Amino acid sequence: MNSVAPFLVFYLGAALVALTRGRVRAAVLLAIPLVGAFNLFTIADAAIGTVAVFDYTLTYLRVDRLSLLFGYLFHLAAFIGVVYSLHLRDTSQHVTGTLYAGGALGAVFAGDLITLFVFWELLAVTSVFLILARRTERARAAAMRYLVIQVLSGVILLAGVLIRVHETGSIAFDFIGLDGLGSGLIFLAFGIKCAFPLLHNWLTDSYPEATPTGTVFLCAFTTKVAVYALARGFPGTEILIYIGAVMTMFPIFYAVIENDLRRVLGYSMINQLGFMVAGIGIGTELAINGAVSHAFNDVIFKALLFMSMGAVLFRTGRINGSELGGLYKSMPITTGFCIVGAASISAFPLFSGFVSKSMVMVAALEEGHPVVWLALLFASAGVFHHAGIKIPFFAFFAHDSGIRTREPPLNMLIAMGLAAAISVFNGSYPWVLYSLLPFPVDYAPYTVAHVLTQSQLLFFAALAFCMLKLTGLYPPELAGVNIDSEWSYRWLLPRAVKVFKAVFAPLDLGVRRAALGFVNHFIAAVFRRAGPDGVLARSPLAGGMVVWVLVLLALYLLLNFL
Amino acid sequence: MNDKEKRHIFDNPRNVKRAIHIIYAVCALAFAAEFFIDRYVDHPWEVLFGFHAVYGFTACVILVLAAKEMRKLLRRKEDYYDE
Repeated sequence: MNSVAPFLVFYLGAALVALTRGRVRAAVLLAIPLVGAFNLFTIADAAIGTVAVFDYTLTYLRVDRLSLLFGYLFHLAAFIGVVYSLHLRDTSQHVTGTLYAGGALGAVFAGDLITLFVFWELLAVTSVFLILARRTERARAAAMRYLVIQVLSGVILLAGVLIRVHETGSIAFDFIGLDGLGSGLIFLAFGIKCAFPLLHNWLTDSYPEATPTGTVFLCAFTTKVAVYALARGFPGTEILIYIGAVMTMFPIFYAVIENDLRRVLGYSMINQLGFMVAGIGIGTELAINGAVSHAFNDVIFKALLFMSMGAVLFRTGRINGSELGGLYKSMPITTGFCIVGAASISAFPLFSGFVSKSMVMVAALEEGHPVVWLALLFASAGVFHHAGIKIPFFAFFAHDSGIRTREPPLNMLIAMGLAAAISVFNGSYPWVLYSLLPFPVDYAPYTVAHVLTQSQLLFFAALAFCMLKLTGLYPPELAGVNIDSEWSYRWLLPRAVKVFKAVFAPLDLGVRRAALGFVNHFIAAVFRRAGPDGVLARSPLAGGMVVWVLVLLALYLLLNFL
Repeated sequence: MNDKEKRHIFDNPRNVKRAIHIIYAVCALAFAAEFFIDRYVDHPWEVLFGFHAVYGFTACVILVLAAKEMRKLLRRKEDYYDE
């Protein structure tokens, strides 16, 4: 029985990538996900790989339907990302991209919490190089913030794991459930990586600052590992339903007013994660199937959208909606791929979002959450609005910015074509994806009612956009930043530190001066008495001393007689 | 823009108008289809005629107008975080 851990293929492959150049490296890069996928294919169902470390038996390989689905997904995403970045001559990005994908595979096949923690942190430290590779000051600062938050998530995870192991005596990574401090910390760690509300800002801060190719890797792995971890550890945890609903709602407002189109995609990513989180929270077989299949589809269509925006950034050097427009004239193929991605994320019939998102929504109604269902429906119309219309419209249509450029390199086009084909395939023929889901699928996406209602929702959302645009009510794309929860650590914290310093520095100085003055005073006093001129250090004549001794003895004598 | 450049499809305002008319037509069609299609409902609110159409439209209008107000509150200069 084959039990080569999938991450090993990527880690060994990364070493080969570092040692090779040119065409050989390209071949190695392409071969890694293919060899990995073949390896995964030959791994027997329910395979277990363990290794003993000190007192613990670590399970580096645990294969079941859930981990296998994410395993295949990550190989696919890695392959698309590799094709998209083949034109690069940047060793650090190629190596760290491969290691990063390997880390994600290590995490989803981890059978125990210690192994999970190790890969959790490896994800953070390998992916940060994809942001640093942009080689700008902005990117460096964003990368450092990203690293701090990601590592923090790992540290919280470790703390939670230690408490939990102490409580239960087991390191197994199975259903955890919210009960007590240990599981709460683990939940929080997962939540940071999954971009829970208020913990989300690292995503929209860092992804738009990464390289055009780096973002394609970033969007595929970190958050989906978190979705996997939640689906494994916290299915049916009710609070997730509400967290998910909030995640679908608030980012769409930010997305409408955001100018950086890759940041718009970052917000829409949180929105899509919300559907998955809500599905995991509902926890029925239908809901989990919906969450997991939507994670699969989201990786592909979000990568497609990030790739099309990456192509725009790569060719024009710009990504702000206010500076773009009219690019369909010089990038028609990219425009087409972007529209396929937009249709997929908007869940148009025949595109991939249609067959997965609705499972979560139906499950929400079945389990008696009509308000959550309304929120998800609102978010569905909203996602079409900001990701489905805004992204292609402001980049490729709208007013002509006068930019004339050309299509991106062939490898980028092939990668986009691949992702577009998968999105359409999964949308039109969902049965292959359905057959891979953790539970047997008893759901028919293509009913007349579903097609009709979804079409109505989307077409009337488009109508709303048209009317708002024609009446001039639609807010124009404006340069600027919109403050979000990052305000607390990018604005408030530095200023709080400054205020703290301003208040406490004089106080501190005063206390230290006073203390120093006291010490100096003491030393001076001692010196006065014991220094070279001090009373205790004088050197009187021996004769004088004898006189004094005589006086003393006489005194004694006198006292003796009294 | 130089004169030699090929005229593209949306350079002609009539084509833009056509595209908008297509959207109107599709909306009308999708709305009218409800007369002929007996759709089952998962939830009582869905019984309302054209529920999804109305909801989709109002959701987007509310979204955009609310976001516009939000922007007044939230937008700062681009170098806001730079020291």
